Amino acid sequence: MTDKLHFSLVSPEKELFSGNVDSVTVPGSEGDFGVYPEHMPVMTTIRPGAISVMNDDAERRIYIIGGFADVTQEGLTILAEQAVELADLDPAKLAQDITNAEEDVRDADNDDKREAAEENLDTLRSMQSAMNA
Amino acid sequence: MASLKEFRNRIDSVKSTQKITKAMQMVAAAKLRRAQESVESARPYAARMGAVVGNLSHSMTDQPDAPKLLVGTGNDQTHLILVASSDRGLCGGFNSSIARKSRELISNLIKQGKQVKILCVGVKAHEQLRRIYSDKIVDVISLREHKHIDSNIAGSIATRVLEMFEAGEFDVCTLVFSKFKNVMTQTPATQTLIPAAGSLDEPAELPDLGGACYTYEPDEEEILNVLLPRNLSTQIFQALLENVAGEMGSKMTAMDNATRNAGEMIDKLTLQYNRKRQSMITTELIEIIAGAEAI
Repeated sequence: MTDKLHFSLVSPEKELFSGNVDSVTVPGSEGDFGVYPEHMPVMTTIRPGAISVMNDDAERRIYIIGGFADVTQEGLTILAEQAVELADLDPAKLAQDITNAEEDVRDADNDDKREAAEENLDTLRSMQSAMNA
Repeated sequence: MASLKEFRNRIDSVKSTQKITKAMQMVAAAKLRRAQESVESARPYAARMGAVVGNLSHSMTDQPDAPKLLVGTGNDQTHLILVASSDRGLCGGFNSSIARKSRELISNLIKQGKQVKILCVGVKAHEQLRRIYSDKIVDVISLREHKHIDSNIAGSIATRVLEMFEAGEFDVCTLVFSKFKNVMTQTPATQTLIPAAGSLDEPAELPDLGGACYTYEPDEEEILNVLLPRNLSTQIFQALLENVAGEMGSKMTAMDNATRNAGEMIDKLTLQYNRKRQSMITTELIEIIAGAEAI
């Protein structure tokens, strides 16, 4: 088992993933980093982006918004505020969401609303670029 | 003596009450299942969060510039009590036990000469606490307009608490809620939210790092600045979820009892009704026979 990394991904609502994998690439706030078994202990914040989980040559990409990654001797734990499986996302729907969000930004009648709408738009756009990558 | 019609009316009204309590019981049972699932699925996050905070606080608590959220203001004169209860009644002793726990806590603090402020989440505890402590209640947050408890609600409550903390309105924050054990048992519990170091049950075991040193990116302080508010809202979220599950469990039990009581009452009333009817028939017969004999 030493050549596998124990990885768990939890969001406030539920535990999304828990198991052994080969490696995980995490978008840390100071840059992306790959976590392999026997990684040194690290604790870092995460910027919105896709993590990629490699297991037996199969890749799973999960989009994460906000959170922390904690690497200990036992493995990697990611506490995500929100997490979406990229394979579950529908490109057409995402494009539609982006169009809607752009409209929201235009229609916002005060700064607070505009800020919220822009934030939403940024998230959706980075989600899209992560999907196309 | 009540007439037959009166008996019939009473039986009917108890029957319709029974229908209502039965329906409420079934609704609570359905909601309970969902609430229980969400409590159980949220537990890993809260547990991990606690572990991470525990790890970090080890290295920070001794430092003079440790965040106040973690180690406190160095003062414990003003306490904020966050009382989380439900928004609806008819759930047995659920809200009363939370209110009782809060009252014990508050009167203890007052005896020690501390200042107490109360923030109620859910109106039911507020209704019970305002009789004695109306001058101490800062605000009431109703959950009624929210259909589901999600992390946004907890987030907004946490923001509110943080704003008050930063404004220096209190030194210690304690949360009173009901811990969901199983359908039959919910125990009111208290938890210290601020300072966060006080909420750890025991100094967390430092994980075996194999001699390696923990690396923090960016640095401890910055991580803690993000992590501690997040931890606060996670703890509140967890408490709210436990509350919902507890409320539903308690409601289910209460309504089950009510349904059973109504059933017993219907049986008793029906028996009385039948006796009355028989005795009336007997009286009538005696009258007829007596009349016939007189002729």
